[in-house]
Amino acid sequence: MRKTLRYLEEKFFKILMHISSFIIAGCLLLIVATIIVKGFSAFNLDMLTKIPGGGFYIGKEGGILNAIIGSLYIAGGASVIGLLISIPIVVYINLHIRDKTLLGNLIRLGYDIMFGIPSIIYGVFGFTIIVYLGMKTSLLGGLIAVTFLIVPIMVCTLNEIIRTVPTELSDALYSLGTTKLETARVIIKQIMPGVVTSFLLAFARGIGDAAAVLFTAGYSDNIPTSLNQPAATLPLAIFFQLGSPIQEVQDRAYAAALILTVIVLFISITSRVLGKKLSKHSIK
Amino acid sequence: MLLNRDIMNDNFKPANNVVRFIADQTKQRRNKSNLRSRLFRDKVTAKLMMVLTFGFLLSAILIGFGLYMRSRPLLEGRSVFELIMSTGWKPLKHQFGFLPFIMGSLWVTALSVTIALPLCLMTAIYLSEYAPKKIKRIIMPMVDLLSGIPSVIYGVWGVLIVVPFVEKIIAPLFGVYTTGYGVLAAGIVLSIMIFPLLLNVIGEVFNTVPEDLKNASISLGATKWQTIKFVLMRKSLPGIIAAIVLAISRALGETIAVLMVCGNIPIIPRSVLDSAYPLSALIANNYGEMFSIPLYESALLFAAMILFVMIFLFNALSRLILIRVERRII
Repeated sequence: MRKTLRYLEEKFFKILMHISSFIIAGCLLLIVATIIVKGFSAFNLDMLTKIPGGGFYIGKEGGILNAIIGSLYIAGGASVIGLLISIPIVVYINLHIRDKTLLGNLIRLGYDIMFGIPSIIYGVFGFTIIVYLGMKTSLLGGLIAVTFLIVPIMVCTLNEIIRTVPTELSDALYSLGTTKLETARVIIKQIMPGVVTSFLLAFARGIGDAAAVLFTAGYSDNIPTSLNQPAATLPLAIFFQLGSPIQEVQDRAYAAALILTVIVLFISITSRVLGKKLSKHSIK
Repeated sequence: MLLNRDIMNDNFKPANNVVRFIADQTKQRRNKSNLRSRLFRDKVTAKLMMVLTFGFLLSAILIGFGLYMRSRPLLEGRSVFELIMSTGWKPLKHQFGFLPFIMGSLWVTALSVTIALPLCLMTAIYLSEYAPKKIKRIIMPMVDLLSGIPSVIYGVWGVLIVVPFVEKIIAPLFGVYTTGYGVLAAGIVLSIMIFPLLLNVIGEVFNTVPEDLKNASISLGATKWQTIKFVLMRKSLPGIIAAIVLAISRALGETIAVLMVCGNIPIIPRSVLDSAYPLSALIANNYGEMFSIPLYESALLFAAMILFVMIFLFNALSRLILIRVERRII
């Protein structure tokens, strides 16, 4: 009797597991399906190639090229700056500070915590900096806020990747008489696929984040030509247009959501494929 | 021939030696200066990297400090306790009570974790113990891909699917009329947003449980589920708690998606069908355009500070637990 009971229990929970896996996978698929179906019916090529014309926000013609370009500028710029900042940080954490010391653990903990700080706080912080420097909301402001958001992400992912490098590699290098800087150069070449992956992931994160650019980048119907001009971004374009009571404008929000989703998924998949391809040549 | 070559060699020996000597000398000198410059470059970059590492960390402290300094005008004449515990929100009358917003944040967060946790726990167990490799290889990349989807997309989806679902199906079940925007919609959307995080962290924690322990339990005659219940779950309990805390802090800070579906009415929610107005939504809705009203900016920055402090503490707590979990295994 007891025996059957515990097998019944196992069966019950197994069914529960199947159901919950199904729910999770189903929800995630449902999201993508909804965005694709809704967005596709409202999508046209003008969305990609035109900036908003007169009366765009009451449903007349135009596109969201301004937001696409603005987002690419901000996410791309912030990712490049982020990479330039985070590679030295990762090298310092892993080569210059000995592992498992108090200092090393504290620094790692610090970056982990910064990774968890939500983008809205970075947005508020960015806005305070902008006001302090006497600037207006602009491309530069958005870049600052998104860079702050991205660097901890990059540091954490690169940290994970640099740990997979065998210690024999750096031991061999040191025994040949290299300095730490030269060792770092070799190690970074070794983890190049990881660097590319983390760059692309950070880019995807930056392009999709709304709260960080909400106060800092402003919004403009034109494509920014200098750092001081406000820049539109895709997430905000979606957000603002969805708030409109006019049906055509709302439809455009769905189309914009489709564009953003496609961009983000494309980047994530590319980073996966690229990461696999590039890692063929590194020493294992 | 032989003789000739010897003479040739003899003839050239001194010259050869001189050439070699000079070459050696310059090489040594170059090496020396080269070594010096290499060491110099190493030192300079080390210092630069140190400054960067600590400078960036310092900015986290700077954020907290900055928020405190900017919210000080509000704190003059009001105690923190009073601000957190009072309910009136009338910026024009200088009345700032943060309780509705804090409660809004807590309701939404608690609901989302309550929904997500059982589902993710079950799925994580399934993936790590039962699922064939094939299914694992399909689901995990999918979860990773979807963790990259921007929150505004979740928001759009929430408006399109979840809000009508709550309005037309859930609310009539309880005989309540709502617009659909509220705690429940926000909780559902948020729970889906924290799926990837929970699945990944719990999965990693499960991976740290030694296979030997599970095998020992199985060899004693326990069923697989008993092994999971008494070995796997018990062993990874701290890690699961850390995952929950991490998910809470993630949910607290989520802004745009919540803002789009939560209703944005500053009342304390009494049920999951009520509207809510979480802290992050308050900041996002009002910040950047409120300088005409005195103290309003201070109040919003105070809200940001509450959020920052809560998330900072939760994050630190979960990370400390996770570090411990990792170390215990190693």
